[in-house]
Amino acid sequence: MTVPVRAVSARGLARRYDDVEAVAGVDLDVEPGEVFGFLGPNGAGKSTTIKMLCTLVQPSAGTATVAGYDVVRQRDDVRRAIGLVFQDPTLDGYLTAEQNLRMHAELYGVPKSAVGERMTDVLGMVGLTDRRRSRVSTYSGGMKRRLEIARGLLHAPRVLFLDEPTVGLDPQTRASIWRYINELRRREDITIFMTTHYMDEAEYCDRIAIIDQGRIVVTDTPEALKASVGKDRVQISTDDDEAAMAALRARFDVSPVLAEGQVTFAIAGGEGFVPRLFAELGVPIKSVSVSRPSLDDVFMSYTGSTIRDAESSGSSNQWMRMMAGRR
Amino acid sequence: MKLSHNLRAVRVVWQREMIRFTNDRLRIVTSLIQPVLFLFVLGTGLSTITTGAVHGVNLRTFMYPGALAMAVLFTAMFSAASIVWDREFGFLREMLVAPISRWAIVVGKCLGGATTASLQGVLILALAGVVGVPYSLSLVLTVFGELLLLAFTLTAFGVMTAARITQLQAFMALNQMLLMPLFFLSGALFPLANLPGWLRVLTRIDPLTYAVDPVRRAVFAHLHAPAAVVHRLNPGVTWNGWRVPTWLELVIVTAMGVAMLGIAIWEFRKAD
Repeated sequence: MTVPVRAVSARGLARRYDDVEAVAGVDLDVEPGEVFGFLGPNGAGKSTTIKMLCTLVQPSAGTATVAGYDVVRQRDDVRRAIGLVFQDPTLDGYLTAEQNLRMHAELYGVPKSAVGERMTDVLGMVGLTDRRRSRVSTYSGGMKRRLEIARGLLHAPRVLFLDEPTVGLDPQTRASIWRYINELRRREDITIFMTTHYMDEAEYCDRIAIIDQGRIVVTDTPEALKASVGKDRVQISTDDDEAAMAALRARFDVSPVLAEGQVTFAIAGGEGFVPRLFAELGVPIKSVSVSRPSLDDVFMSYTGSTIRDAESSGSSNQWMRMMAGRR
Repeated sequence: MKLSHNLRAVRVVWQREMIRFTNDRLRIVTSLIQPVLFLFVLGTGLSTITTGAVHGVNLRTFMYPGALAMAVLFTAMFSAASIVWDREFGFLREMLVAPISRWAIVVGKCLGGATTASLQGVLILALAGVVGVPYSLSLVLTVFGELLLLAFTLTAFGVMTAARITQLQAFMALNQMLLMPLFFLSGALFPLANLPGWLRVLTRIDPLTYAVDPVRRAVFAHLHAPAAVVHRLNPGVTWNGWRVPTWLELVIVTAMGVAMLGIAIWEFRKAD
């Protein structure tokens, strides 16, 4: 018996571009078989970290191993042991799906006798068997992404790196991509290391690392992270929101804001708080909803900004800030 | 890194060029238009004013090696442009991240470009009879070999530039700027004897000169024309009165190809 090697292990991994420290010393360990999510706003160092792990960028400090191989000294071994699906497509549209896969098999030195079976397998897994002889240029965006995932798996890698695998896809296609990824976890003995912008997708991960300004702020399971925020989101609608907000501030020491047209605030044990709210608010309440913190709230509370800063709508952003400030 | 694995990579990169070439019939036809235009329109048109001067050898026959070189020139450059194209559409990345040596990608590309370009040359070679050049196996083989060499060197040149130029438009513009002077100065359109000094120097600097001349020599060796005419139309390339032998011309073409291949590999090694 051999001791299973960590799928990914990094110690003090750093990369500096001139004066900018893109990644400032990252430590992480990913166990074999895990689905590990890497969350962070643009420019946080996600891509640079992934690129260092995939041997595409040389670290300026620190060490990392992938599937037991050193990313600097055993570059080709690392490359053979990993599958890569980039954010931007890297398929040849002039070739058919089959030709793209065959090309990949040759580039990765897949044994000739195994290529045919392996191709049938991966194409079946992503549901592209009947389109295998069509040119890739005739594929939809979702089909292309599925084909890229299939291609990334063709040489039976130990670790699959997915950089924003569902970005730019419609919700239906995103859901189908996730079905394939979950199917994949079941069928293949593989570790998945992914980055994503979508918080709802991060829920699928076994563990999440949140990275901000080149450092990992926290690593844990989605459940534990949500629990760590410790507060629920309560939203009420009333006949007189101004009066309700004033009353909340005065009697319950919370800081309500108007978000999505409702009075919104954060409080620990939100459900237990509802009876008190009705009894003591003094303003008639029309409706009330209590929700558990989402990963958005988690992200906000650890990094102090929302992941969608750029496209932030004022109300939810305000809510986020409050959540973070009151942690 | 095992050599056999890299050779597999060379072959598959080459194969991809072949698949793309045979799938793209439009490209095959369009790359034929230019040489055919030169050969039949320019060649026929100009022959009306030069009939007396060339003593029975048709101007089209004279321009035939030039048309062959031209077909190869454009196809080879198109092949090299596909590297820029691959970069723009992402496929280059798939090759660059594979566990193979960078030289395998560059060599595969150059061999692919060389093969497709010389196949394009073969299509023009099929027109030999129409321009008064006899069909002969030895001629076809010699010319094909020489075109292959030329095509390889041209693709290596294209790939070398493509390593630096990342935009397709810029690459095309640069090629347009380079190709026409190279072609005009190569002796494809006129004999390289009795030229004014400045033009003689320029034609001797043009690398394409050393690829067109061997082809013309091969063609003229198969013609039954009076020695005086041959001497006039096929004077060869001279350095200070010394006629450069065919083998040296081919060595020059090969050496340049190998040098540019080396630079291309070196450039791709540096790239991320």
